[in-house]
Amino acid sequence: MSNIVNAIYNIRQFDELARQDSFIHRLHPLAKLLATLVYTVVLVSYDKYAIIALLPFLFFPVFVAAAGRIPAGPVLKRLLYVEPMIICVGLLNPLFDRGITIILGHAVSSGWLIFISIVIKGSLAVTSALLLIATTGMDGIALSLRELKVPKIFVLQLMLTYRYISVLLEEAARTLQAYSLRAFDTKGIKRVVWGPLLGQILLRTLDRAQRIYEAMCLRGFMGEYHIGQEPRPKPGDIMYVMGWGTFFAASRAVNLPLWLGNLLTGALK
Amino acid sequence: MHMADALISPVVGGAMWAATAGVAAYSIKKVQSDIDQKKVPLMGVMGAFIFAAQMINFSIPGTGSSGHLGGGLILAILLGPYAGFLTMASILTIQALFFADGGLLALGANIFNLGFFTCFLAYPLIYKKIIGREFSAKRIMIASMVSAIVGLQLGAFGVVLETVLSGKTELPFKAFVLLMQPIHLAIGIVEGLVTAAVVSFVWRARPEILKKVSLNQPFGNLSIKKVMIGLAVMAVFTGAVLSWFASSHPDGLEWSMFKASGREELESSDRAHEKLVALQEKTAFLPDYGFKASRNEAQTEEQSEKWPAVSGGSTVSGLVGGSMTLLLTAFMGFVINMKNKTGKKT
Repeated sequence: MSNIVNAIYNIRQFDELARQDSFIHRLHPLAKLLATLVYTVVLVSYDKYAIIALLPFLFFPVFVAAAGRIPAGPVLKRLLYVEPMIICVGLLNPLFDRGITIILGHAVSSGWLIFISIVIKGSLAVTSALLLIATTGMDGIALSLRELKVPKIFVLQLMLTYRYISVLLEEAARTLQAYSLRAFDTKGIKRVVWGPLLGQILLRTLDRAQRIYEAMCLRGFMGEYHIGQEPRPKPGDIMYVMGWGTFFAASRAVNLPLWLGNLLTGALK
Repeated sequence: MHMADALISPVVGGAMWAATAGVAAYSIKKVQSDIDQKKVPLMGVMGAFIFAAQMINFSIPGTGSSGHLGGGLILAILLGPYAGFLTMASILTIQALFFADGGLLALGANIFNLGFFTCFLAYPLIYKKIIGREFSAKRIMIASMVSAIVGLQLGAFGVVLETVLSGKTELPFKAFVLLMQPIHLAIGIVEGLVTAAVVSFVWRARPEILKKVSLNQPFGNLSIKKVMIGLAVMAVFTGAVLSWFASSHPDGLEWSMFKASGREELESSDRAHEKLVALQEKTAFLPDYGFKASRNEAQTEEQSEKWPAVSGGSTVSGLVGGSMTLLLTAFMGFVINMKNKTGKKT
């Protein structure tokens, strides 16, 4: 129940964030999508022991969040929800990889290095995806998908699914509330009512789909969805993608933190 | 069961994106040519339905725990496999973006694992075969149960394969399989029970809905195309796997060789060795630059770096370099973080 309310709240919250105005928000959606995709691919292309080399990748999410005026709270909260899954899989590594690496005079199991690497990669990838939606919004994503020549029918389907998720979540929340008011002290939905409960929501859904379709037809729906004026990519958008692309490529080619560390120890001596 | 970005390598992620895009493109073609545009709003709303239904927890009989619906099979049953697959794809896209379930790179793999096996294997090959031409409560129960379990088992196996091929984690294939499959057997049973309950409810309340779907999807012309898709997907997948072996990324290969031979030292991997040499060339100027170390020490450090990419070696200079790097990087990240934050406030 609180699950559903949370989900509705979360979707609305990200919708609101996406409606703000900032340098990041004004960028072309495709530029933001491409930058995030390049980021993710380069990030996960590191080998499994990489830890220090990953640190420059913190710049991108911090920059987007700061320049896009996205509060850390909602993003970190979402991150916390998925962290257990990443940690669970990562935690098995120390069991299986018993190789020893010496760091600072201490013998460290290399399995733990993999674990840390996985947690860093996972958290950064998730954060960047969340920041993408928080600065771009679903309409922007749909627009960039169209620019990438994704077929209309899929984009339309995606938009409609998105549009009706909050409607149906409210429907499901009402049904669940009705159920819980009539079923005291039960955990989850009892086996006997699985079918009727979900089935009822489903039948209502189907009826609603019928009404939606008729309403769309009456408003001239011919199998296409028009999203209004499409923004053109500006030089700044291209610069944004190129700039980050160069930075990611540079970080991948040279271990920047290590280079800096060596530079400094050299200078100290 | 969602794959995470952290566990997937770009090659595997890209290959799964390609496979998913292929299946999606084919499904889009089928949906466009076979079905009237009336189905598109229905798909949208059904996607939202499954999304909402996933949030409802069902108590699992005999245990204190509860589980929720996955939905791939229900979508296939109510919308047909093609529309079902596309709907699953949009659900997972929204989940990846809004709820950070999975990630952008892993999205292809997730759509494939959750959508392909249920819609294109379990549904036509198991569910439809068991249901036959006549619906009955017993048949719905058995068909939903078996196809949900098989679909989830295949999906879970997909996760195992993709993870192991990616080589981002040290999990041995066998142990991972032994962890994943039994867990997903339990989840599959819940999925099967919920699916059966919903489908038989719909069958009793509004039988025409199920009949219409099964009429929309004629039985006969599915099989050859199905095989074709299967082959195409396998081709893409195999190609991707081969390119992974051919790629300049030795860790996964190294890992599997280590596991297979029980030895760290690789005899055959010329490429892996070249890669390491290249890596050292890239970092080689650093010891000279940073540490006034003797030639001997520098050499030891180079050797220690052969054990993958952990900067701290066994020599003193390696230790100093490693610790300084850690400290400096943490400090750098901290300063930039703070600066950004204060910049934001003003």
